[in-house]
Amino acid sequence: MSDIATETVLSIRQLSVALPKGADRALAVENISYDVNRGEIMCVVGESGSGKSMAANTVMGLLPKGVRPIQGEVIFEGQNLITLTEKQHMALRGLKIGMIFQEPMTALNPLMRVGAQIAEVFEAHGKLTPKQRQARALELLIEVGIPQPEKAISAYPFELSGGQRQRVVIAMALALEPVLLIADEPTTALDVTTQAQILELIRDLQRRRGMAVMFITHDFGVVAEIANRVCVMRHGQIVEIGEASEVLDHPQNEYTQALIAAIPSNAMPPHRETNTTAPLLDIKRLNKVFRSRGGWFKPSREVRALDDVSLTLARGETVGIVGESGSGKSTLGRCVVRLEHPDDGELLLDGVNLSQLKGDALRRERHRVQMIFQDPYASLNPRTRVGMAIAQGPIANGTPKAQALKQAGELLDMVGLGASAVERYPHEFSGGQRQRIGIARALALNPELIVADEAVSALDVSIQAQVLELLEELKQRLSLSLLFITHDLRVAAQICDRIVVMQHGRIVEQGSAEQIFLHPREAYTRSLLEAIPGRGASVAVTA
Amino acid sequence: MSFFARFAQNRGALVGLIILLMIIAMAILAPLLFPESPWRMVQRPFLPPLSQEGFPLGTDTMGRNVAAGLMHGAWVSLLIGLVSTSVALLIGVPLGAIAGYYGGLIDDILMRFTEFFQTIPNFALAIVLVAIMQPSVTSIVLAIALVSWPPVARLVRAEFMSLRNREYVEAARLVGQTNTTIILRQILPNTLSPIIVLASLMVATAILLESSLSFLGLGDPNVMSWGYMIGAARTVIRQAWWLSFFPGVAILLTVLALNLVGEGLDDALNPKLSRER
Repeated sequence: MSDIATETVLSIRQLSVALPKGADRALAVENISYDVNRGEIMCVVGESGSGKSMAANTVMGLLPKGVRPIQGEVIFEGQNLITLTEKQHMALRGLKIGMIFQEPMTALNPLMRVGAQIAEVFEAHGKLTPKQRQARALELLIEVGIPQPEKAISAYPFELSGGQRQRVVIAMALALEPVLLIADEPTTALDVTTQAQILELIRDLQRRRGMAVMFITHDFGVVAEIANRVCVMRHGQIVEIGEASEVLDHPQNEYTQALIAAIPSNAMPPHRETNTTAPLLDIKRLNKVFRSRGGWFKPSREVRALDDVSLTLARGETVGIVGESGSGKSTLGRCVVRLEHPDDGELLLDGVNLSQLKGDALRRERHRVQMIFQDPYASLNPRTRVGMAIAQGPIANGTPKAQALKQAGELLDMVGLGASAVERYPHEFSGGQRQRIGIARALALNPELIVADEAVSALDVSIQAQVLELLEELKQRLSLSLLFITHDLRVAAQICDRIVVMQHGRIVEQGSAEQIFLHPREAYTRSLLEAIPGRGASVAVTA
Repeated sequence: MSFFARFAQNRGALVGLIILLMIIAMAILAPLLFPESPWRMVQRPFLPPLSQEGFPLGTDTMGRNVAAGLMHGAWVSLLIGLVSTSVALLIGVPLGAIAGYYGGLIDDILMRFTEFFQTIPNFALAIVLVAIMQPSVTSIVLAIALVSWPPVARLVRAEFMSLRNREYVEAARLVGQTNTTIILRQILPNTLSPIIVLASLMVATAILLESSLSFLGLGDPNVMSWGYMIGAARTVIRQAWWLSFFPGVAILLTVLALNLVGEGLDDALNPKLSRER
């Protein structure tokens, strides 16, 4: 690698980018310098707000309004990109520099066929005849490995899966054979197995074409999987930069060390005592089918979200439900808290069948099962003060208001926010703090069971580690029973006693965390485990 | 920060409030400044503005004092605008909230009922209602309210439909709050902004609707209103511009002021905006 890695494609020198007045800091990035060489993948890693995307946006000339570079240069093929006009930038984008975005659905025009969108890239730069463009589009689709490319070329984006859409976006980025490819969190919105395939594809294309790739991510697992060199960023500054193996195995900087330590390790889940008392929750043959109403000319569609699901959960036990999107894991959680009505089957909580309760009878039992939601921004009412948000549960169940508010203060103290948070509004808190509020709210009713639906997946790694630690601690202290739903096996391994793997609404495999990780019986479980990014490197990381 | 301080941070809202207060003052002071009935003929007709002492805005086709009419009319226009909008909100908001929150059959029934009102042209229905009930301030207010609630119901329904599956609403359902509490405490506060904006526009429309009714001779014969003044001046607009100009400006300013105040209220009620500034 070293002999071709010498040719520098992109060189960022002492770049500082200013944020508009009133932002949380003056500079988005401060005095950063790094190179991206031909034939290498440069990973820029950082948590949200670290400014990791800013340099890439400067290169593309896509800085948001009010954000402007104030110092330094970005040299690409002998030109300083900062001084370019919008028109010159436009000529460069797509032609010399390709870009892949995070969310493949919004990066594609929903009303245009895939082939036409790829052809549009050539059209924008005035290349080829319309016929040749279609032919090239097909070649590109074959290159990025879309199944049935002849069909895919005339498909609309919604007809493709998330992974296939991301492949189309990659095909568009590669259409004009750019020298530099910028990938901004290209796999964050994808399932693990799909993520593994897309990473493989990017690495493969990069090798074949000898491109330079600037890969922006928050996930050290992905870094371990793909990077040649790494640049770790924090608060707009570079904290560490170097060869991937060096940085991952011997991180010099404290922050890098903390970040790497915060990755949920997948090497070996800690052994846990399995609880064998009578089950608190006993789910028997639960079924749920979603039907979309058909129109005059279209038949109604059925999706079997839960197919004869049975499982038990003992008091004080944490069971992880793991699966990819569409596996029915969220539906299961929502049925347990009765936000969804199961079609049939039993849901016994300490002997009481919750599945068929309705109206007021259901409302009176609700306090026994609570939920921690995924999105800390959407799960708190923006117009309700935090204390009230926590207290409204006890108030609805008959606790006097003053007492409920006092308890809310104590709960906020317990989750590490301090009782003074009671009077404030949700928007004054960060994502991690909001999730703590969500946990306090779930605890307010002293529930027997808590369902956590992707409770940490919207958070940064280091915050994620803190919240998991808090959950672990609360679990010990209050002997909580937890149903922990996640797509991330690494997270599940950290907190769960038992793991249940789901696919297409069915339970594929269940067993202790150790058993699932070390001796998976089913092929699907094995494929999930193999797809975890950075798995090969993990031994070195944790060593 | 007090509610008013947050409100006053929006300059436009403050200007709107001042204009609105001036119009209210006009309405209150009218009987003191012009104790005579605005319907009385006091001078020769078609007196231009500022041509004679005591008649700063001139006289109309029948020799009535335009300034007196304008001030007495302020009362009627404001009253009709505000009361009919309140009544429309009282009908539309609960209907829309119930339809949007519960969905399904309840939604179908309530929406068909709403559409029933929407299929008849607003103005035609208002004319029929006023004609049946005999023209009076009460019947006009009722007629305007009855024709203007459907858009409120539809707006509130749409807002509720988009908010009812938010995670914080689900969380509220989970802790055992009753449907009524969820509707009133969780969802309704988050729909206030569009409702306030729509309401300030509705007051404006109501004032205009009343004007149109008066123009057709369906106004309350005992009260002077801006609409009546414009309507009566329509035929002479080329000879006596001031007859329609001054009431027109009055309506414009009132509507503008209401919109500005509505916007300021929206800012002041929104905890996020108020703290960020």
